[in-house]
Formats: sequence, C-alpha cells, structure tokens
Amino acid sequence: MLDKADEQIFTGNVRLVHAVGMHARPAVKLTKLAKKFEAQISVRVAGAPEWINAKSVAKIMAMRAAHGSTIEIKASGSDAEAAVAALVDLIASDFPDGAP
Amino acid sequence: MQGGAAGLAYRGRTASIGFAHGPFVRVDAGAGGERVAGTLVEEALALRNAIDVASVQIADLAASAGGEAAQILEFQVALLEDEELLEAIFASIGEGRPADIAWRSTLDAHIAEYNSASDDYLKARSSDLADLRDRVIHILRGDQDQPLKIPRGGVVCADDLPPSRFLEINWSGGGGLALLRGSPTSHVAMLARARGIPMVVQLGAIPDTGTTALLDGEGATLELDPSAEQVRIFEKRRDSHHKSRASARAILRRPTASWRGERIKLFINIQRVEDLEHADAQYADGIGLMRTEFLLTERGGLPDEETQFQAYDAVLRWAGQRPVTIRTFDAGGDKPVPGFTLDGEANPFLGVRGLRLCLARPEIFAVQLRALARAAVRGNLKVMFPMVTSADELEAGRKLFADVVQHLQADGIAAMLPELGIMVEVPAAALAIASFKTSFVSIGSNDLAQYVLACDRSNGALVPLMDPLHPAVLELIARTAEHGRRAAISVSLCGDMAGDPRCLPALLNCGLRELSVNASALAQIKQTIDRLSSGGGLG
Repeated sequence: MLDKADEQIFTGNVRLVHAVGMHARPAVKLTKLAKKFEAQISVRVAGAPEWINAKSVAKIMAMRAAHGSTIEIKASGSDAEAAVAALVDLIASDFPDGAP
Repeated sequence: MQGGAAGLAYRGRTASIGFAHGPFVRVDAGAGGERVAGTLVEEALALRNAIDVASVQIADLAASAGGEAAQILEFQVALLEDEELLEAIFASIGEGRPADIAWRSTLDAHIAEYNSASDDYLKARSSDLADLRDRVIHILRGDQDQPLKIPRGGVVCADDLPPSRFLEINWSGGGGLALLRGSPTSHVAMLARARGIPMVVQLGAIPDTGTTALLDGEGATLELDPSAEQVRIFEKRRDSHHKSRASARAILRRPTASWRGERIKLFINIQRVEDLEHADAQYADGIGLMRTEFLLTERGGLPDEETQFQAYDAVLRWAGQRPVTIRTFDAGGDKPVPGFTLDGEANPFLGVRGLRLCLARPEIFAVQLRALARAAVRGNLKVMFPMVTSADELEAGRKLFADVVQHLQADGIAAMLPELGIMVEVPAAALAIASFKTSFVSIGSNDLAQYVLACDRSNGALVPLMDPLHPAVLELIARTAEHGRRAAISVSLCGDMAGDPRCLPALLNCGLRELSVNASALAQIKQTIDRLSSGGGLG
C-alpha cells in the first residue's frame, strides 16, 4: 500500500524576526533542527527563484535572508508536517537558546 | 596620521579599542608543501579523515575556549556536517581531482560568494570559511600544526586572522592585532573586543619587515619601527586614554557615567547568552539582570543541570571580574511554561509566579540552584529571586540553596552559595524592605508600577494610567534606594524605566546610582546622564 503521507507536500510561511537576519547562529540552529527530520525540507526567501536545502548550513547562510523577510518552507516525507511546524516555530520564536 | 620621519604609519579601521606597543610579529598562512595525490578512493578517504580530524580539533578548541568562542566555532562544525557542501566536493574528487584541490576550490567559491555580498555580516563570515579551509588543507598535507609563538605584548600582523588562530594565541601578556584586510564585524573582532585586545583592520599593504610596532585601536593606526618622538606621542595618547576616557570620541568609550560627582554604574539586561554579542555590551559595568526563562522554552522539556550550568558559565566567562546578576526562573503571570506553571489561575499576575512558583516546585528549582551553585565558583555571580513578598520566602529560598550547596560539596563538586538578593516588584516588599536580609536589591519597575497602580500592563486601555513616573511609584523607588544607602547594600533598577531617558532625572533624584538596561540602550542612557550631569536637558 502506498503511504500517501509520503507524497504530500507541506508548506509554511514565517517572518524572520531575528535582528540581524539569518546569520551564523540561527543558520546553525535551523539546519540542526531540520536534520532531525527524515523529510526533504526546502526553504527560500518569499518569492526567490530557488529553493534551498534546509539541511545545508552553507546554503542557508548564503540565502541572505534579511530581518523582516518572510521565509517559505516546504517539506515532503513521512514527518514533513512536523518538520514544517518545528521550523516555523523555531523561526517565529526567534531561535531561542537551547533549541533545537 | 602625520608619519614621523623615522617610522612608517598606516591607517585602518577600528575593530577594538586599546593600545599596544610591542614586537611586530608577521603571521602568514603557511604556504605548505605540495602533496601527492593518490587514487580516487584514497583521496576521498583522505578528505573524510581530514574532516573528522578537523571536527575533533575544533571541538577541543571550543571546549577549552568556552562561551562565545565556542558558539562561534559551532558554525565551522556545522559546515563540516553539511552534506550538500561535502557531496559537491566528493563528486569533484570522483572526477579525478586531488582532495586538497577539490576542497579548496569549493570552499573558495563559497568564500567568493560571501565576499561579494553587500551585507557586511555575511562578508565577515568568509573568514570563518577560510579558517576552516586552511585547517583541513593543513591536515591533508600533514603539516604539524605549530601553535603560534607570539612574544609577550606582541603586535600580531596578518592578512586576516581566523577565530581559531586568535584563540591559539596567548593574549594574557597584552598585545594587539593588526589586519591588512578583516572586518570590524568579524568573529575575531568580537573576540578581540570581548578580551580587550586592541585591533585595527583594513590596513592595506604593509611591509613584512619591522621589529617594533605601535598599535592604536582608537585612532586605527599602526606605526612601524617608530622614532623616539613617535613613541613619546603614542604613550601620551595611551596615557590620556587610560587616565580620562572621557575625552574619547564616542560616548560609550567614556568612563562609567557620573552625575553630580557620583559614579553611576550601568549594567546590561540579557535575555539569553547571545545578547552579549551586541557591540555595546562590552562597555557595561556588568550584567544587572540575566533572565533565565529562555532555558524553559527549550525543546524537550525543562533544562537539565548541565545545560543551565553551561549557559551561566558562558556569561560569567564573558564578564570576567565584572558582576553578573542572574535571576532565578520568573515564570507564571504573563509567562506560562508548560509543565511548570499552574493552569487555570483566575488571576495569574496575582498568582503563583516567580519565587512563589519555584518554592512550590522545589524539584525544578533545586536543579537551577545546583547549576547556579556550581557556576558561583567560576566568577562574580550574584543570584536574585523574583516576585518576593515576605522575608520568609527569601529565607526559604536561601535554605534550599544552602542545602543544595552542602550536597554538592559533600559529593566533592565545587560549589558555593553566591550573594543572594531580591527583586523589588511587590509593593509590600518595597514598603517592608528593611525586613529582608538581602545582600542587594534590584527594582523591577515594570511589575512594581503595575501592582502599585493596579493596572495590568498588558491592557492597552490602561496605557494613560500606566505611568511609571506616578508619585506613588517614585516614592517606593526612593524608599528602597534610601534603605540601600542606610544599610550599605546596592540597589539597582532593571525595568524599562532605566532605559527610558525621560525617566532618568526622576530615578537619579530618587537616589538610584545603578541602572541596568538593554545593551542597545546603553549608549543613549550614558549620553543622557552625561547631559543631565553637565546641566543640559534631555536633548
């Protein structure tokens, strides 16, 4: 039987409230959290042409997401829904210490 | 700089203020020898091995440096775990390129991309990438990583200096850092500021020769092989800088503010360890309030002792000799925490919050107290309890704390009871302040005003009534300050009032001489006190 959850793509949008944008520390936190999920996760600054692998810290840094920009997240895979929710939460809560 | 006849002078940009006069030490990224490439498989294995070795080296460096430095190095560790980045490099090796060439060209491409950014922050990160690039290449080439031998007080000159190299240098004897490129927003600049090492960046081309150097972090100048006259002028500048920083150009570099001849101590409030990264944080007299609630929002439940200890220790290390006041968990009220605070209170602001909650949940509180007791031996730690109403609560908290210390010591773990103080937020505590056996007091003006004025501070309809300058609020502040003066204990104020220039005259007139504000407000508050002191208005 095909697992339909695997096919489904989950998405989310969240505003980047971090004062200096997606700098090193938030990028490290974001990729660490993303790696906890099996799902394929991509992010981009809203409207950007390219989707970026959320598990690559080098790419996330180079994305140059500025303070106040909106981050789009999409994920597919078994735990995609939870992955999107967790990443949205991390960004919305301004990358609290200790997370993930 | 008007160069003297004998010495050459170069001007760059300030990255960290201070003065250094010492031997000129040119440090270069070692050219290294060529390495002979093996088969495809051997090359892939060599790179995998070099990455593993680099990870361990960086982790060791982070462990010994600790605090902010450790967090900076975390980015490099994350890069080494970046599968997408590595995949491209291994693919390139698969196409027949030697490991070091494949690694270098990919890293160089990223470095170039970072450097082309209009964003200074991203540009500055390229030195982290270069640091990592060179480390892995050194390992691939089998270079023995010689620790940099820098003579005491030396002025280190390099093209750019990566954070890990900075941390390998022993700066205890002073010295300075002169970079031909570099950036004031780089990680290494942050480290230099945190350690008070003068640093000048973007000096451009400088000859490799030179035996002695004068580095002026304030004027952003480097003078090589100076004449006696240059040294004399330099020392004069340095002395005047040391004697009276008041003449410094930027307000922040002035000594701690004074008002009517009395010293005003300015501390900073931090919500999390990262707040110490703020460029102005270094100018504070210490940390007046470290909130600890961020630890409670952690994924995976309440924080364990080690996690807490690491956070407290990081802040104490940053502060050095300066005092750090950590407030125990202030949950409840408008700060609910699942698994900790009580649900369904009809009136949470008047409910089980702050110290009340901690005393009601001793099993959670004890973990924090253990972490604090261990941290107390690491620096100038003070601990305060929030939302204290009666002296009995303070004593109950002290008893728990003392028990925790005793247990730790019995187990052979280094721990001590730090200075204990209270927040004055409840009007009853302000009115009965003399009944508390407290080592210090910090006034939480937000809650104090809310309780004195009977105005929910989150209720927008009450904004006009919610005036922290209401005479009743000021009366309680003045009484608390007066008690501190009589009992010779320090009284500070850490609420929003301290960071509001309009409130400053009233606070100073109430007798407060210690304020704690967010790092971002430090400059403005210092400037306001300065203006008030010289008879000016609020400007």
